[in-house]
Amino acid sequence: MSVWDELVGQQEAIDVFRAASQSELASATSHDSAMTHSWLVTGPPGSGRSNLAYAFAASLLCRNGGCGTCGDCKQVAARTHPDLAMLTTERVIISIDEVRALVQSSQYSPAVSRYRVIVIEDADRMAERTSNVLLKALEEPPERTVWILCAPSEADLIPTIRSRVRSVRLRVPSVPDVAELIVTRDGVDAVTAERAARHAQSHIGMAHRLATNPDAAARREETVRLVLGIMTVREAVLAAARMIEIATDDAKAITEERDGVELEQLRRSMGIAEGDAIPSNLRSQVKGLEEQQKRRATRSLRDGLDRILVDLLSVYRDVLRLQLGVSDELINVEFESELRAAASARSSEDTLATMEAIGVARERIDANVAPALAMEALLIRASRSEVPA
Amino acid sequence: MAGKAKIAIEQLSWNNAKPAPIVLVSGAEGFLADRAIQNIREILKASDASLEVSDLDASSYAPGELLTLASPSLFGEPRLIRVSDVEKCNDEFLLEMLDYAESPDSDTTVVLRHGGGVRGKKLLDTLRSGTGGAVEIVCAELKSDNDKFDFAGNEFRLAGRKIAPSALRSLVQAFSGSGSELANACQQLIADADGDITDRTVEDYYGGRIEATAFKVVDSAVAGRLGDSLVTLRHALQSGADPVPIVATFAAKLRLMAKLYGERRGSGELAGALGAAPWQIDRARKDLSGWSETGLGNAIEVIAQTDANVKGASRDPIYALERMVNVVASYGKR
Ligand SMILES: [Zn+2]
Repeated sequence: MSVWDELVGQQEAIDVFRAASQSELASATSHDSAMTHSWLVTGPPGSGRSNLAYAFAASLLCRNGGCGTCGDCKQVAARTHPDLAMLTTERVIISIDEVRALVQSSQYSPAVSRYRVIVIEDADRMAERTSNVLLKALEEPPERTVWILCAPSEADLIPTIRSRVRSVRLRVPSVPDVAELIVTRDGVDAVTAERAARHAQSHIGMAHRLATNPDAAARREETVRLVLGIMTVREAVLAAARMIEIATDDAKAITEERDGVELEQLRRSMGIAEGDAIPSNLRSQVKGLEEQQKRRATRSLRDGLDRILVDLLSVYRDVLRLQLGVSDELINVEFESELRAAASARSSEDTLATMEAIGVARERIDANVAPALAMEALLIRASRSEVPA
Repeated sequence: MAGKAKIAIEQLSWNNAKPAPIVLVSGAEGFLADRAIQNIREILKASDASLEVSDLDASSYAPGELLTLASPSLFGEPRLIRVSDVEKCNDEFLLEMLDYAESPDSDTTVVLRHGGGVRGKKLLDTLRSGTGGAVEIVCAELKSDNDKFDFAGNEFRLAGRKIAPSALRSLVQAFSGSGSELANACQQLIADADGDITDRTVEDYYGGRIEATAFKVVDSAVAGRLGDSLVTLRHALQSGADPVPIVATFAAKLRLMAKLYGERRGSGELAGALGAAPWQIDRARKDLSGWSETGLGNAIEVIAQTDANVKGASRDPIYALERMVNVVASYGKR
């Protein structure tokens, strides 16, 4: 067993990190060693960027190079290792103060391990000013400090940071790879796992959720059914309202699950049994967590809408393939007859325009446009055919 | 005694009102005057619950009324005589009041409400010179938003209530047209809202009011009255209205219209499903005349783009708003 075991379809990246953890640091400016101070893990959402980052962190902090079973490895898995610092973004933007605090903590020597490791999960969510604070730290890293940044792509970082990091690119794992992981890790049957991996378009976290949470799967199904049923402006506006509800429910469910887990972890780390009152001297910690969770709630609705947009995009990708005469590898194969009807009712130009409208809706929601309005505009475009089929 | 020398009498602000044998309440702001007179009544009532209150109208004054009301009663109860419309007083009142001021009754408080103008100037001059031991409460119009902000803030302070500055600002903005409505709104919030007053509280109570201007802009636009709509819009923007809620009001209206397009069920049946009141549904149905399905779709797409524009995507949000009004007022033709 090792920390690399549960990473799906990323053998090349694993080889790079393994080699790095087994070699020594050269000087900060040298590229001769397999190991260096600053890393960037890129890959599409759900490809397992942060999983890989933490596996790498474990291999650096573990005395056995990432055995997966020792105390160091367990502490990394629980995010409580004393030589591990991390920034997990629950908000849209990483604040400059968060990065300053992290940079400060990067100056400490390791307490128990070979390295001090700092992970920034969504390094693309930094404003330029914030990036520059980080840049200074990357330019002069203390001897035993290792930075691991994660972002969708290199282009999401400013060039000066890009030139300072060694980049490791993840690929999108295949549907069978993800399905296999779900079967072995979550104990789900093969049919359910395949469907979940396919609907999640190989997004590992999403596939896990669709496979293990029937409500989440039902919400996705309703979304697809809704969009395929829109014929009129009236239906578009009603469907938009329903999708907002679905996104809200989904966000709420995810938030509650995660909040509960976190509170339980905090209670356990403070040694308080379930149902026991929290001693007053520890209450501020619990309160701090609760406030953080509240702040996060805003972002989670956006994430819920984003999941819906991803599902809608999968529908129009299927429609477009059918229009182009490709009928295998449909993502939403369960809706094949509805997809075929949609494909013959409109032109591929309209389908492309709708896919573009999905991108516009995402940008608008990111720019704070009222979500209902952004969804309405999108679904109205989806209901309209401008070019005859 | 003060005599006839020209000494200025004590001039108080509306919220420092206090009783005196004669209280002159001057100034144009009626609601402040009302509040001042109410305060005087409460102070008097608190010092003696047997207070007898009577009212006189100076414009239809009948000779002898004042003396009748002010003459000592059998049990010596204190009296409060509230005289309205002194700025329109008749000659009889003027004469008798000047006379009364020479030797006012010690158990009686006469409150004279003078809303401005030259009528009764002689009486005012006499009182201001010190005759009758009068005080004056000046209730000048609250002109600037700053004055109103101070006034409203003071209302909450007096009541021992906390209100967030931003909540206070939106409250003042919602009632920028009328000081008395602002005063009422403050009192209503103080009476009805629990705890500290936040943006949310004000939105809950007066959100509708804040949207009132926006409704006018929308209503004329959906009815195809471009000129009216643009004029109202520009006026609203000039008086500091925020473009964001205006766009939101357009969105809400067109959304409801779209939900009703081709819908045959009755408004009562639909109210629950659409989350709108039956009258709103009836109204939106009427608004649909002249609209096509394509037009509705276009309009909503333009409103979505406008929302993005007023939230930073465009350097000229005003232009974006006007363009939206143009599209909506042409029934969604682009
Ligand atoms: Zn280990």
